[in-house]
Amino acid sequence: MMKFGILINEGPYTHEASDTAYLFAKAAIEKGHNVSRVFFYHDGVYNSSRLTEPPTDDRHIVNRWQKLAKDHNIDLVVCVAAALRRGIKDENLQEGFRISGLGQLIESGIQSDRLVTFGD
Amino acid sequence: MLHTVNKSPTERNALESCLKHLTKGCAVLLIEDGVYGALKGTVSTKMVEQALKHHPIYALYPDLEARGMQDRVIDGIKLVDYSGFVDLAVEYPSVQSWL
Amino acid sequence: MTEVTGGIEMEEDTSGKIKKFLYINRKAPYGTIYALESLEVVLIAAAFDQDVSLAFLDDGVYQIIKGQQTRTIDVKNFSPTYRALEGYDIEKLYVEKESMEARGLKEEDFVVPVKVINAKEMADLMQSQDVVLSF
Repeated sequence: MMKFGILINEGPYTHEASDTAYLFAKAAIEKGHNVSRVFFYHDGVYNSSRLTEPPTDDRHIVNRWQKLAKDHNIDLVVCVAAALRRGIKDENLQEGFRISGLGQLIESGIQSDRLVTFGD
Repeated sequence: MLHTVNKSPTERNALESCLKHLTKGCAVLLIEDGVYGALKGTVSTKMVEQALKHHPIYALYPDLEARGMQDRVIDGIKLVDYSGFVDLAVEYPSVQSWL
Repeated sequence: MTEVTGGIEMEEDTSGKIKKFLYINRKAPYGTIYALESLEVVLIAAAFDQDVSLAFLDDGVYQIIKGQQTRTIDVKNFSPTYRALEGYDIEKLYVEKESMEARGLKEEDFVVPVKVINAKEMADLMQSQDVVLSF
């Protein structure tokens, strides 16, 4: 059983990164691996917005991460510096995500067996 | 090392650059728009076929299928799903993403 | 909320574990934020006493060019920050020869001392790493 860390560099919908990362994480969990942390950087911080309202016949990327994290104890971390730049703060953060520093990404790299990056 | 490429070779040089940086024992996985690098009959086909002689190359089938390209894959490129992607990430000691 | 600069709150004990971290830079500065924000990761990484290397290849070589003047695009010039890396004990900066030459650049064009290596050496460097971060 491996411990995975995931880095997501892009926001929801505009790039496929968040989708691929989600489907990868889901598959890893189904195979019995542990996805310990997903770190959101650059525009990836937008994956944590409480305010997204995608069309109802399409996947809800933010909520999908929230549910996966809740069901499988995944730490969803949003980089504070990238978040502040882009207007993501505690008041518009979706539940289940937390804002913290880049140290959490490095820690994930140190502690995980594999760190996989999804970006543009 | 497992190298992933997520951009089309006709959009960006990520695939070309990736293939120039493979060492013995490396594998390449094409994902997202990178799956266009898995296709026959393109300006990139020769470059990919050449790399295939020395390295296993995989393509993420769901991304091929989404793009309607599933019947045009270079012979020898192995197709995987997300479960296979995970297996590759486990098999190789680290993963490098060419964005 | 943790401090903007780091939020170094180690929830797990990372002391004693030293991994080789390679930060890959392949994109030009200013057109996108990746160059700046990847540098910010490197600065934070310095606090973790890992074995850090930076690789500049493809358009990433443009990130460390001297003479960047950003006043008229009204964007912060972050190129001087590369010079601060040495003070953080981050000294392994590698530039790929082929990328440099393809762009008409020479070693003296860079704002920091670098080691110029060819593509094969860069490939070997990449292969030797434990964690590779791309932006």
